[in-house]
Amino acid sequence: MDLVKPEFGLFFWQLVTIVILIFLLAKFAWKPILKGIKAREDNINESLNAAEDAKKEMISLQDKNQDMIKEARAERDQMLKEAQAARKRLLEEANTQAAEKASQIVAKAQETIEADKKAALAEIKSEVAQLSLQIAEKIIVANLKDDKSQQELVENMLKDVKLN
Amino acid sequence: MSTKSISKLFLIFVLFFVQNLKAFTQEEGSDFNPTDMIMHHIQDSYDWHFFDLGETSVTLSLPVILKTDQGWITFMSSAFHHDSEGGVVVEKEGQRVVNYHEKAYVLNEGETALEFGEDHYPNNAVRPLDLSITKNVASIFLSVIVLLLLFPRLASHYKKSDKAPKGLNNALETLVIFVRDDIARPQIGEKKFMKFMPFLLTVFFFIWVTNLLGLLPGAANVTGSISVTVALGLITLLLMIFNGTKDYWKHIFWMPGVPVPVRILLAPIELVGLFIKPIALMIRLFANITAGHIIILSLIGLIFILSSAGVAFISVPFALFISVLELLVAFLQAFIFTMLSALFIGMAVEEHEHH
Repeated sequence: MDLVKPEFGLFFWQLVTIVILIFLLAKFAWKPILKGIKAREDNINESLNAAEDAKKEMISLQDKNQDMIKEARAERDQMLKEAQAARKRLLEEANTQAAEKASQIVAKAQETIEADKKAALAEIKSEVAQLSLQIAEKIIVANLKDDKSQQELVENMLKDVKLN
Repeated sequence: MSTKSISKLFLIFVLFFVQNLKAFTQEEGSDFNPTDMIMHHIQDSYDWHFFDLGETSVTLSLPVILKTDQGWITFMSSAFHHDSEGGVVVEKEGQRVVNYHEKAYVLNEGETALEFGEDHYPNNAVRPLDLSITKNVASIFLSVIVLLLLFPRLASHYKKSDKAPKGLNNALETLVIFVRDDIARPQIGEKKFMKFMPFLLTVFFFIWVTNLLGLLPGAANVTGSISVTVALGLITLLLMIFNGTKDYWKHIFWMPGVPVPVRILLAPIELVGLFIKPIALMIRLFANITAGHIIILSLIGLIFILSSAGVAFISVPFALFISVLELLVAFLQAFIFTMLSALFIGMAVEEHEHH
């Protein structure tokens, strides 16, 4: 049957044409097309990977930031605590110093008072002695106006001596 | 595609059916023989007949190229005056050529008219080596032109931009990626598939475009010609043979892992299998496309077999339906041919794990 009997002419032209077509299209179409598609796919994959990396980096950066904030907070707390401690210490120190100084001042004052008191007492003593001398003089002068009184005095004195 | 352009295409189809009806009515004058009509339409011819406009037939005259013992004979097919019954004798280079059932015969020395023997075959003429640019060959060239218009243009896109192409180029690129990722890569394997991409892509698009062009009214039945599918199958066979690994041949001629008697039994079977594979390929393509054409022609032929224009209301929609189905078949057959070629090549180039 003609239908299933190959014709050489048609076979020949088909073979020649398809072989030439394969080479022509391979050179001018398939190679650049496949290369272009491949390049684009690679590009897309790279971009996707880069985006993913960027995302990861961002997350790590965020974590780092969080850590830094935490650290900063901790540092601030620490500093506050230290400052408070320092204030307390300073206050205490000031207090003790003040107390010391006060006691020193008091001591000094007491000393001065003591010294003044002593001086006053000494003065009073010498004054009293002078006064006593003057009194004694006056008394002696009065008592020694006559013999009788002189006698009486000696007797009294002797009486006292006897008593001693 | 918008609905408007679809309906336009639809209209063109219908118009061509009407044109074909006209052509048939002329055949109806004589006894209408549906087999002859169908065979005439699905077979190759020397000139490309589009349609008849009243008395004048719109025909593209194509070169006839013949080689006999006396040398080359070339002339345009219009010299046959649309005769394919061997009636018109073309005298050229001292030799007489006739066209009998779209096959050129060179009459023997001294003969002036074709004579038939008992078996209804010409007995005073011989068939020369026929390298004519027939309707099918011209149609092949047309497909080549279409492919050369489409793909280098797509290729030039990648030089200009690294973005995805738009429009038609995008559709073509999708198909290229389809052939690469769904046909070549899984069948042949990551390592070797690139080597066969030019063949697979070319064959896929050639068959598809040729199938589609063949669906146009007045077009040739190229992929439904056994000669064409033989040529395509032959390339697959050659690729299998020349790229077959040692293991592949070993599995054909001396199957490992089976007893010796079985090996002897398997060798011829496997050897035949090597050839059966591409033969199945070419028969499948040929039969599918031819069958599609025959169905459409038969449905139209019904009108004339039943001699009633009323039948047209049933056959034309049916033929239209089949035509649309053929659009699917056109793609499917291109896919199957490419897929199986890739599968067979993949089997041939496969590196076996050593058992």
